[in-house]
Amino acid sequence: MAILHIASIPFLLVGFFFFLAATVGLLRFPDFFCRLHATGKGDTLAVLLSLIGLSIYEGFSLTSLKIIFIAVFMFLAQPTSTHAISRAAMRCGLEPWVKNKEEIK
Amino acid sequence: MNIFLLFGMGLFALVFLCLYRAVFGPGVLNRIAAISAIGTKTLVILLLMGFIYNRVEMFVDISMVYALLNFIGTITAAKYLEMKGEL
Repeated sequence: MAILHIASIPFLLVGFFFFLAATVGLLRFPDFFCRLHATGKGDTLAVLLSLIGLSIYEGFSLTSLKIIFIAVFMFLAQPTSTHAISRAAMRCGLEPWVKNKEEIK
Repeated sequence: MNIFLLFGMGLFALVFLCLYRAVFGPGVLNRIAAISAIGTKTLVILLLMGFIYNRVEMFVDISMVYALLNFIGTITAAKYLEMKGEL
């Protein structure tokens, strides 16, 4: 097993950990904005780490360059779509979740 | 046991956990967020399938198209809801 193959394994494991954290956040958080907060950031970091690990495994070629391109695209696209959908929720009048409303007012 | 196969099986289980939110989630917005998360996981699963079958140079293009479609679908749904003005 080459050194590049061993070097790619920690990236994949940390990427899977962040995927798991984002999914638990999507399932367990109480509100839409909290869920978006979990998936928007967790999935971005997890995709970035996984694709970097896979491109390290592949070595230097056109395919690894394409994988890096997908990673850069996801790094731009995922926050954009998260922002767009949270802005749509705010414009639609979805109230953010607070722990008890009397303390805020 | 292949590390890519293990990683892919773990992601497959996570997709089914996200599918709970996509089916039972209250309202349209939760469903859109869950589908976006599932699409992100599917992109990585496609690349892992390429590594398992030793055909990465074919699967990387499919994965790129899937990333574009996921982004455009989420943006379209968000714009539609924003122009509609209500849930």
